[in-house]
Amino acid sequence: MNLSKKDEDSGDLGVFYHLDKTTVLQEARVFNESPIVPRKCRLLLTKIIYLLYLGEPMATTEATELFFSVTKLFQSKDTALRQMVYLVIKELSTVAEDVIMVTSSLMKDMQPKSEVIYRANAIRALCKIIDASMLPSVERFLKAAIVDKTPSISSSAMVSSYHLFPAGKDVIKRWANEVNEAINSKPSSIVGTASSYLTSFSSSGSSYNSQPSSTSNINQYHALGLIYMIRQHDRMAVTKLIQQLAGSSRGTFGSSSGILRNSFAYCLLIRYAAKILDEDPNSRQQMYDLLEVWLRHKSDIVNFEAAKAICNIKDVTSKELYPAVNVLQLFLSSPKSTLRFAAIRTLNKLAMTQPTAVQSCNLDMENLITDQNRSVATFAITTLLKTGNEASVDRLMKQITGFMSEISDEFKVIVVDAIRSLCLKFPSKQVVMLSFLSGVLRDEGGYEFKRAVVEAIFDLVKFIPESKEAALAHLCEFIEDCEFTKLSVRVLHLLGVEGPKTPTPTKYIRYIYNRVILENSIVRAAAVSALAKFGVSAEDPEVKKSIKVLLTRCLDDNDDEVRDRAILYLKLIDDNESAEKYVKDDSTYSLAALERQLVQYVSNPESSEKPFDLSDIPKITKAQAEAENLKPRSFDLASTQTIGTSSSAVGSINSNIVSTSRDATPTPGVDQQQVYSQQLEQIPEIAAFGPLFKSSIKPVELTESETEYVVSCVKHMFKENMVFQFIVTNTLNDQLLENVTVVMQPESDEGTLVEEFVIPATKLPYDQPSSIYVAFKRTNPEEYTLGSFSNTLKFLVKDCDPSTGEADEGEGYEDEYLVEDIEIVTSDYVFPTYISDFSSAWDSVGEEGQVVETFALTASKSLKDSCTTLIELLGMSPVENSGTPTSSSVHTLMLSGTFLGGIKVLAKNRMTFAPSTGVTMELSVRSPSEEISRIVIGAVV
Amino acid sequence: MGAILSRVLGRLWGEKEVRILILGLDGAGKTTILYRLQIGEVVTTIPTIGFNVETVTYKNIKFQVWDLGGQTSIRPYWRCYYANTDAVIYVVDSVDRDRMSTSKEELHAMLDEEELRDAALLVFANKQDMVGAMSAAEVSDALGLGTLKNRQWSIYKTSAVKGDGLTEGLDWLVNIIRGNEQ
Repeated sequence: MNLSKKDEDSGDLGVFYHLDKTTVLQEARVFNESPIVPRKCRLLLTKIIYLLYLGEPMATTEATELFFSVTKLFQSKDTALRQMVYLVIKELSTVAEDVIMVTSSLMKDMQPKSEVIYRANAIRALCKIIDASMLPSVERFLKAAIVDKTPSISSSAMVSSYHLFPAGKDVIKRWANEVNEAINSKPSSIVGTASSYLTSFSSSGSSYNSQPSSTSNINQYHALGLIYMIRQHDRMAVTKLIQQLAGSSRGTFGSSSGILRNSFAYCLLIRYAAKILDEDPNSRQQMYDLLEVWLRHKSDIVNFEAAKAICNIKDVTSKELYPAVNVLQLFLSSPKSTLRFAAIRTLNKLAMTQPTAVQSCNLDMENLITDQNRSVATFAITTLLKTGNEASVDRLMKQITGFMSEISDEFKVIVVDAIRSLCLKFPSKQVVMLSFLSGVLRDEGGYEFKRAVVEAIFDLVKFIPESKEAALAHLCEFIEDCEFTKLSVRVLHLLGVEGPKTPTPTKYIRYIYNRVILENSIVRAAAVSALAKFGVSAEDPEVKKSIKVLLTRCLDDNDDEVRDRAILYLKLIDDNESAEKYVKDDSTYSLAALERQLVQYVSNPESSEKPFDLSDIPKITKAQAEAENLKPRSFDLASTQTIGTSSSAVGSINSNIVSTSRDATPTPGVDQQQVYSQQLEQIPEIAAFGPLFKSSIKPVELTESETEYVVSCVKHMFKENMVFQFIVTNTLNDQLLENVTVVMQPESDEGTLVEEFVIPATKLPYDQPSSIYVAFKRTNPEEYTLGSFSNTLKFLVKDCDPSTGEADEGEGYEDEYLVEDIEIVTSDYVFPTYISDFSSAWDSVGEEGQVVETFALTASKSLKDSCTTLIELLGMSPVENSGTPTSSSVHTLMLSGTFLGGIKVLAKNRMTFAPSTGVTMELSVRSPSEEISRIVIGAVV
Repeated sequence: MGAILSRVLGRLWGEKEVRILILGLDGAGKTTILYRLQIGEVVTTIPTIGFNVETVTYKNIKFQVWDLGGQTSIRPYWRCYYANTDAVIYVVDSVDRDRMSTSKEELHAMLDEEELRDAALLVFANKQDMVGAMSAAEVSDALGLGTLKNRQWSIYKTSAVKGDGLTEGLDWLVNIIRGNEQ
């Protein structure tokens, strides 16, 4: 009876359904019995693994108890059971306590005299249960395993070492020779060349199983990964490694005489080479040559990896791209969809920056539009949209329309985004695009997709005036039948802003009022606001009167928000002054500043006694807010968190905001300046200087990051003064610094800058950044001094107890610490500002104060480079998206800024690029004063 | 039911295995004894972190021998392996007079455990090949074996490296086990 029951259990395929943890743990008692029935135990272990993989939570005590039961299974010699034991131990190693109890048993299993099948698995399990302190005791065995002849053992040892590396760097570093030996080991069998992705992958899988004879040479891949881990910080060594492994195989492709026989290992090598290429400009040519050779390797995965690496090179030239694109183009017509996908995806990414380089593949990509794999087709379309010329747009759009219904929302969003950028690129095609967009707007689709479409239409309205009326009409139609409240509200808002400016505003009113009748309260409220905007802006008294009638009807609405809004607007509509202030004014609070103030207000119990003061929050205009949004988020937010603030509480709150609201506040520039400004206002001496004009956003590092004292500096510019804020961190935990000051010595003493005062840091304990302020006065406000300062830190050192930070008894001693120079440059006097219409601003400033100069930058490699440099040198903000050149030969960069004292400065830079001569540019700077223009242009000289 | 089943299977397919624990302080020679018993050779050992388990057949009896590490950090886990134990071999380093009292404490703490109530105790006064080793009687006194009640025990002087005394000890164990079965 017993026997039959058991068979029933194990024979049932549904044994894993409805497994219950408690029951399984109960059953686990059989592990303690003797003798052991391997088959039964194995099944039970499988159940446990299954539960763990399902994510069943297991308490530490449960896991520990289970773990000890499982250890008793080591008495059985059954191979399959032992393998399951290894697996369970690995899974339990993170939950259970005292897992070191199996150390001896595992170490015995990994000995050379054990069965091969035990050894590899035992190594992997062992590395899961030991920590760095036990590493030395297993070092000898692991080293031996790394050079073992059996690939599976060697691989396990190396992969395990790889995972242990972060904990046991020092020990594992000593194994470099063994790992090298493993890379160079002879092939384990004659057919030791993996030729394609699939074959090498499947055979690598089998090497983990019982077959000791592996043909994949995957252990080379593991060895290479480990040796790189060991040497990654030594660029010379990595370069040598790459050369050694690549060099030997050069010219002998096709035969198996190269050291590396594994395609994955080559891929790794390519990634390392690409990294070197990226970091070290001197080795660029050398590494590029290697990549180029690998483009012709016989394995397609290697070819692809090399091509991808070339495409990802920063400032890659079209000549360098050519062979890589060629390879990808071949892949486009490959019968394997993996290859097609990989190639088109890489080309798609490349097309964003180098559309011309991808153009040669247009024909192949057009074939892919009908590819049965929709992912490939989507990428093909979006790439074509980027590389295509104006003439092909119509045809493409037609093809896309047929294809939209077949792809998922996710891909639709990609397509819509591509079309959006295409609209902005070819404004003359807006009619086609708009009809396409409105067409897809009628299709079925989720919120994300609809949002993408609506935003694309918003952009059309904003940037292409000719399309405005048609676009607004489409949006009106859309809200007639829109299931997404959020989108309806946004559209209504846009109608309110843009509608009154159109020639016939009245036609929108009906659409809007329909919403008031038919929609939910949120949409109704938005519609009321939109109506009010028409009322306020209407020239025609008849319209105004009608609006009033409509608003009056809204007074009977059953939602209070709708009623409140209607009442407010009815009051405002006749009062021009208030209407100006409350309805038409589109300025907004600086949200980042507002959020910070509110958090401070909420977290400070004392402040709650008085009401929150809104007037402290700076207001910014719509244009400014948009400019901040458009700014690339390149500022390193992390750096702002380390900046010492006068009170650490404020500091922590501030950094909290910065980290939690990373997405919500895309205005680090304004925000950071606000933070500085507030800090400085706390200091009476500095507050006397008046409002802060500009702070250098990113602190300048004056020391290496690993030195005893880490110093960085922020420059603050006031009308007639400048303040240098030195942020100093003491990284020695056995020292306490007191009375820390900075002595600044100008390079040339012309007397135009006079030091006013120094605010020292009284105490500088370990790892708590603190600020020292040095203030200068510009003696002649008309002169904008440039130059550099040498800086020396002076302080009193006291030894202290590292654990408590308490200073020892005694006087301490004086010491100095020289840090790097700091420079005042032109851009310190210029604040980047955003303007929406450059050409009219340019004309209005006029030619009186214009200065024009021509420069030849022979060293510059591309227009993009020059633009970046110029923006940094002048400290101005690029406008109308001119910061990134679209052509590689001709470009006009437009910049806008405000000079100290609120003087508007504009710059227009026409530049050309030819590989032989570098970048030639003609820079014109306009401002009300020629003097200022000359200073600004001086920044480039 | 599982227990019944395993007993049935045990009758069908062979002798029941006798479960033995080898315990003692670190460095007493437990692992060396285990492998001397199993393969008859002296192996080089490293301190046991955890345990070793081997099957030893002696006089037609299958012993399942658990050698548990003796380091202070591992001793607390001994108790995880007490269940179903037929006999304990307690190994003492006869030269290490300083730690004899520690050894005694560990021994008595272990014997107080309920799970080991019926287990026989075989003490090996090991390392007799070394100069200054205590005699079996001295070790017996130092461990306070005389005070044990209701326990089958015996002490043998052994040298694991030379192989002396081990078989005598096992013979005693075999007799005890055969006696118990009948």
